[in-house]
Amino acid sequence: MQSQRFRTRLKTPPGLRPADRSPKNSLLSMMTTTSTQTGIETRGVFKRLFELVFLNTVRREPVAGLSAQPGSNGTSAVDRSGWLIRIGLVLLIAAAAMAARPVLADETGNPLDLLRQGSMSEREQAVEQLAADSANLKLLQALQDGKLFELKAEAKLAIGLETQTGYSLTDPISGASLGEVERGAVGKINLNNKLRTLLRKAIGQLQLNHADPAVRLGAVQAMAKNVDDKALALLKDHLDHEADAEIVAAIRSVLLLQDINSPDKSQRVNAITTLKEFDSQDAVNKLQALTEKDADGNFVEADSDIRNLAEAALIKIRGRMQAYAAIETVFFGLSLGAVLVLAAIGLAITFGVMGIINMAHGELMMLGAYTTYVMQQLLPNNLGTALILSIPMAFLVAALVGIAIERGIIRFLYGRPLETLLATFGVSLFLQQAVRSIFSPLNRSVATPDWMSGSWQINDFLSLTWNRFYILIFCLLVFTALLQILKRTKLGLEVRAVAQNRGMARAMGIPTSRVDAMTFGLGSGIAGVAGVALSQITNVGPNLGQAYIVDSFMVVVFGGVGNLFGTLVAGFSLGIANKVLEPYAGAVLAKILVLVFIILFIQKKPRGLFPQKGRAAES
Amino acid sequence: MNLQNLTQDKTYASVLLALASVTILIPFCNLIFPEDSALHFSAYSVSLIGKYLTFALLGLSLDMVWGYAGILVLGQGAFFALGGYAMGMYLMRQIGTRGVYGNAELPDFMVFLNWTELPWYWYGFENFGFSMLMVLLAPGLLAFVFGWLAFRSRVTGVYLSIITQALTYALLLAFFRNEMGFGGNNGLTDFKDILGFNIQSEAVRSVLLLMTGLSLIGALLLCRWIVNSKLGRVVTAIRDQESRVRFLGYRVELFKLWVFVFAAMLAGLAGALYVPQVGIINPSEFSPLNSLEIVIWVAVGGRGTLYGAIIGAVLVNYAKTVLTGLMPDAWLFCLGGAFILVTLLMPDGIVGLLRRRIKPKPTLNATGGQPA
Repeated sequence: MQSQRFRTRLKTPPGLRPADRSPKNSLLSMMTTTSTQTGIETRGVFKRLFELVFLNTVRREPVAGLSAQPGSNGTSAVDRSGWLIRIGLVLLIAAAAMAARPVLADETGNPLDLLRQGSMSEREQAVEQLAADSANLKLLQALQDGKLFELKAEAKLAIGLETQTGYSLTDPISGASLGEVERGAVGKINLNNKLRTLLRKAIGQLQLNHADPAVRLGAVQAMAKNVDDKALALLKDHLDHEADAEIVAAIRSVLLLQDINSPDKSQRVNAITTLKEFDSQDAVNKLQALTEKDADGNFVEADSDIRNLAEAALIKIRGRMQAYAAIETVFFGLSLGAVLVLAAIGLAITFGVMGIINMAHGELMMLGAYTTYVMQQLLPNNLGTALILSIPMAFLVAALVGIAIERGIIRFLYGRPLETLLATFGVSLFLQQAVRSIFSPLNRSVATPDWMSGSWQINDFLSLTWNRFYILIFCLLVFTALLQILKRTKLGLEVRAVAQNRGMARAMGIPTSRVDAMTFGLGSGIAGVAGVALSQITNVGPNLGQAYIVDSFMVVVFGGVGNLFGTLVAGFSLGIANKVLEPYAGAVLAKILVLVFIILFIQKKPRGLFPQKGRAAES
Repeated sequence: MNLQNLTQDKTYASVLLALASVTILIPFCNLIFPEDSALHFSAYSVSLIGKYLTFALLGLSLDMVWGYAGILVLGQGAFFALGGYAMGMYLMRQIGTRGVYGNAELPDFMVFLNWTELPWYWYGFENFGFSMLMVLLAPGLLAFVFGWLAFRSRVTGVYLSIITQALTYALLLAFFRNEMGFGGNNGLTDFKDILGFNIQSEAVRSVLLLMTGLSLIGALLLCRWIVNSKLGRVVTAIRDQESRVRFLGYRVELFKLWVFVFAAMLAGLAGALYVPQVGIINPSEFSPLNSLEIVIWVAVGGRGTLYGAIIGAVLVNYAKTVLTGLMPDAWLFCLGGAFILVTLLMPDGIVGLLRRRIKPKPTLNATGGQPA
């Protein structure tokens, strides 16, 4: 309070003003230069001197003045006060000369100082000045959120985030970190309601004119939550020079929602008929309110035309909502299907094409997921790059392990499927325990890079999560790649030849045992790649593979052994069936129902959806 | 052939003898000798040996269906668990008002779930005779329906193995649900009485061991009688050449179904004997891993010999007890290694090794020459 009074009085000496107007006194230099620090010290001295000399004198002045008023007859008193005034002025001038220029902020000069020290009305001025430049957006938002503080020791403003012991500060303009201080070292910049309204408007304006459309959309959405006349006027003004269609639609929806309450009936009718084409939760709530009854059973809305219109509009929007829900179910089903296909597609090679039952398939996926974890540990600052790099790495790791399994165990057991099943099951137990011993039995967390997290909000009723979306695309890519390998490459040709007729293939000079190893490696590698995808949606732990092994066998068997397209169709249809059943039966029961369905289906069509035909089927 | 039969009979006889002596001596030692005597068997070892014997019975049941009919069932544990649940339901009903909530009608977990009356499928389980009937009927019925569907549409080999695994997996998921009315995750436990006797007492434990041993001996004799009968020979023939037997005019699916159901009932009996001795039954018994462990018992012992399954079950479980106690991490390594080594190096199991030592002659191929 002291300083405020002192400063207002200082406005009087006119000679000091020009110095403060110097360009040096711009926002940034005020905030950061060290001259402020000396300013504080000198100001302190100056203030004390002034209080001692000048204020005391002035306070006494009325007393002195009374006796001195006649001027002529009370000379001693006049002399005394004049002496004091003279000393005061001398000291004042000396102090003013000593004082650094920034101290003496004037009423139009530095809005940051006004904010910091000014009265509420001066803070309003400051906010209005600051609102002219979009660089101040962060500062104003912080002020609105009550996160803007005065750093007492340095006489400057900073944005503070509360920590356990105090605040961690950042510069409101440059965003640079200013370290941490204790609670007592800062003082919050207080607001009143008028200032808050002003701030909201200023921030809204700045955001609406922001270059980034996402910020502009956010501003419109924020205003929609808290509509008042000023915001409406802002939005109306902005509508004309907004280019982005999404933002235009959002603004129109806000305006139309207001029009529903308008006194003009034609405007209301127009608003309702237009709103029924909007996919917005706000519109649904508003229309719903129009059709409701109050406690006495009377309609809230007196006009029956409006009511009927609103009901019709609601039916229309609800119809679309159901369609969106169906789209969402199908999407979830497809993404679950994509996971199943990814898990089963490697199996479609080893089991479908080669006829090897590989119970360790799930553990090969687990290895892929752990490869992702290790890659992210190696590149902790580039999670996205690590994820991309882990795709080839996981393929390599799983393929090498797969080839080792084939060369070490499976090749001795060709033609004895039940023994293969048991031996590979042993391998799966071995790998599980190995992972448990190396990485601990606890789940490891694999981070999702930014571009994969979050969801794609299409409208209020439909949003699709990005990671599932990417997995769906990834699944199709892997499938296409595999298909191309089998159809176009030499390895693919040899694989198909060996699968169709081993003896004849060998007679044609194909090294069958090497082809076996390569094929098994290919199938295993794809399992590893599937593991990378799985690491993004489930926990990475030693039991990861177990959870998918039964499912993936089901997919291969359901689709028809030895048929890649069958696997794709089977995976997607099982995924969708699961998600369609889930709302009615619950997740677990849905899974059981699907399993029972497959068990019954295999009884009916033992060779799956798309049985192999021709010579290959005879084996 | 003669020599092989002779050695087989000799081993068979010694296994029977060993079983009989365990069955009679251990309860005897437990009850007669005082606790500080060197000949005394503690209550812990009595129930441990009792557990091994139920596993041996379970292994025997799998050997019937895998060793003789060539059907690799990866869900034999499901039948075992069903039998166990039937027994568990009887034991739950015996608790009466001694539960935590003191409800005479409802088991604790139902009171906890705010159920007001007993679900219909719990009716009758207060009666011991009915429960024992269900111990055999519940797994038998499931096996009948499943097998009838599977064998009629000629699902064989690996496909059959995988759908039996899916069956036990589906049951695992189902029994985890609280709404099923079988105690959900926790299963059935806190048993008090069996036929009015305290289930915790040493005498009852010894009697349970005795009953298990007698059941095992009876089952072994019965199985041996079956496999040596004409029925058993047809079943073995089906294992070796299914289509040829079919062309000879046999209804192959009926023979397979018969063995499958019989083995399921035997597994159910094993489960019913298992539950009172370990004092709990929960859905983890349905886990596919448990069923695969049964397969390894039989494979280690030697499939298609009956007593091999008993030897394998006892040995593997003893190793499991020892190893999980000494170094818990090593058990899965050993189990995995056993799967690999047995299939690669000793396809006839321990019994096969014994026979080869007596007469080094290539024995019956472990796969039975059965095509996929």
